[in-house]
Amino acid sequence: MMLADVLLVAAKDLRIEWRSRVTVSQVLPFALLVLVLFGFALDANRPVLDAATGGLFWVAVMFVSIVAVQRSTSIETTDGARRALLLAGVEPAAVFLGKAAAVALQLLAVEVVMVGGVIVLYDASIESIGLLVATCLVATVGIAAAGTLLGALVAGVRARETVLPILLLPVLAPVLIGATRAFDDALGTVAVDGWAWLGLLAGFGAINIVLGALAYGVLLEET
Amino acid sequence: MTAIAPASNHTGSRTTRLLGAAVLLGLVALILLGFFGAPEDDEQRDAVRMIFIHVPSAIFTYVAFVTTAIGSVMWLLRRSIWWDTVAGAAAEIGLLFCGLTLFTGSVWGRPTWNTYWDWGDVRLVTTLILFLMMIGYLSVRSLGGDEGATATRAAVIGVLAAAILPIVNRSVEWWENNTLHQKSTLTDGDLENLTLFTLFVGFAVWGLFFAWSLIHRFRITWLERELRAIDLDRALDERRAERDDV
Amino acid sequence: MSIVRLHAAVALIGRFPALAGVDLQVSSGEVVLVQGPNGAGKSTLLRLCAGLMRLESGSGEILGHDLMTERPAIRRQVGLLGHDTALYDDLSVRENLEFWARASRVDVGAVDPAMERLGVAERLHDISVGQLSAGQRRRVALAGVVVRRPQLWLLDEPHAGLDPSGRDLVDRLVIDAAAAGATVLLSSHEVDRTLDLATRRITVAGGTITGDVDDVG
Repeated sequence: MMLADVLLVAAKDLRIEWRSRVTVSQVLPFALLVLVLFGFALDANRPVLDAATGGLFWVAVMFVSIVAVQRSTSIETTDGARRALLLAGVEPAAVFLGKAAAVALQLLAVEVVMVGGVIVLYDASIESIGLLVATCLVATVGIAAAGTLLGALVAGVRARETVLPILLLPVLAPVLIGATRAFDDALGTVAVDGWAWLGLLAGFGAINIVLGALAYGVLLEET
Repeated sequence: MTAIAPASNHTGSRTTRLLGAAVLLGLVALILLGFFGAPEDDEQRDAVRMIFIHVPSAIFTYVAFVTTAIGSVMWLLRRSIWWDTVAGAAAEIGLLFCGLTLFTGSVWGRPTWNTYWDWGDVRLVTTLILFLMMIGYLSVRSLGGDEGATATRAAVIGVLAAAILPIVNRSVEWWENNTLHQKSTLTDGDLENLTLFTLFVGFAVWGLFFAWSLIHRFRITWLERELRAIDLDRALDERRAERDDV
Repeated sequence: MSIVRLHAAVALIGRFPALAGVDLQVSSGEVVLVQGPNGAGKSTLLRLCAGLMRLESGSGEILGHDLMTERPAIRRQVGLLGHDTALYDDLSVRENLEFWARASRVDVGAVDPAMERLGVAERLHDISVGQLSAGQRRRVALAGVVVRRPQLWLLDEPHAGLDPSGRDLVDRLVIDAAAAGATVLLSSHEVDRTLDLATRRITVAGGTITGDVDDVG
């Protein structure tokens, strides 16, 4: 029952993305633009750019996640669908998980292109593809969960576009640190044990999934 | 309309006046002890005196933060307006302490570490991120609109921040192992007796100040709420009167 | 049996008391026309009956469920047509209706008949809702209510923005729903038209009920 609702909501959001192409036509170019701008800012100093590749990648992902979460939230707020979801009686936790899954898949798609971007633009080389993929997966789940929760939190607020980054970015700080370190290992720029960081990223994701599933109903009901 | 005559035009009471007086006396004692009583440090010279403000501020930042987290949980579980008010009041005072911690920390860091800021320091960076989360928490509280909705939004952030903070701390700890921060000053055991005593005076003063401002802030918020309840009575009367306009 | 029972119901929007003490009883099978000027509280009353608003004070029961504690159960059994149509612009008409049918756990097979019933032309079924006119959009939203087969219909200005044939359709929907034993609350400015439909007319002003006439038809 619950799983069916999760899939229903996720499929709905992904289908909307497939039709509207907002991620492909706006979010993705934005992500690449951020990478290019970092390149301009640091390319005069090639070693710095090399050393900072992992960090720049994940800072770019942070920016992208704000845009993606805002889009995911506005789907439900534009024409009162939030209210209709309550009327339909869908389990709020299922709505949360479905929307978070859709955001995660879209972010992952953007990240795939961005990895290509850092290889081409920053001349990065991948030493451990397994670690790279695992980091993207685990970190993105956490980002999508935290983003979907906070997106619902600000959904009823008039100033939501400006409040969301203030709330989301500090919460994502451990993801930025952890995923950057893991990437440093995967790209071979700093000698650290990247796999150790995955545990921390997984812990972050688990906390946000549990909290989101618990709190989404209250937020949907109340705001 | 019932005439509401305020019992007084301030939020003071015997308790808060006693607390306030104790805070003032304590501050004077702390200044005297801190500047003239406690000896200077062998290595840090006079800079060590920053400890009397920095450490109590840091401790009570976290006391306030935990208070907010508890209040948030109580709102979510029981819709307790009392706890929601406590949570909001504690967050405001916590933000003040947190800012003070960061400020005194960087002022202290300059002469002792030779830098205002150290990105590799666990407690410093964790506290900064906590500071940013508290700003987010308070900005959501100030958005206005439906009171229950605002309390719920704030409470979810309070719980989320409390759940995330250990992970933030752990991540910064792993990030850079070469921390500049002195290990817990208190347990080192090489502090002079008078320095230790002054530090405890600092704790006492900060604790009393926390209690004093928390009570006042709580009362102000509570009165604002009651005022709105009176407003609601008036608004209901006005609303019902609209029928005669037609 | 009472379908709607409100006693001294106060509901706030922000801090504004949109409903300032409403007493109302509606029995099974009634068709109630809710009248009143703009801002009188008609929409809020319908949303309260849908279980979408918190009661600030007073008490209420909808379909036998308490308005304070059992709002989820209420919401599942009502059909609400509000000002928002709750349709996703980027999905087609059919995809929207099928999504809401699945989400509401009702038969997806009811979507096609409902579209036909509301006169949503077949060429429109697979174009995105964003391309529809306001009137077509409202027909689709009404089809969504039909698919749910609610026991309590809450229709906020169902005639607004519809052409004459659309308004006739709404009338027929209401008549059929009542004949099938459902209860209908509808707000409307088209007094002449709805008077024929309604078995009862209530007037709302200043967030309270100021008039209540039975058997107006």
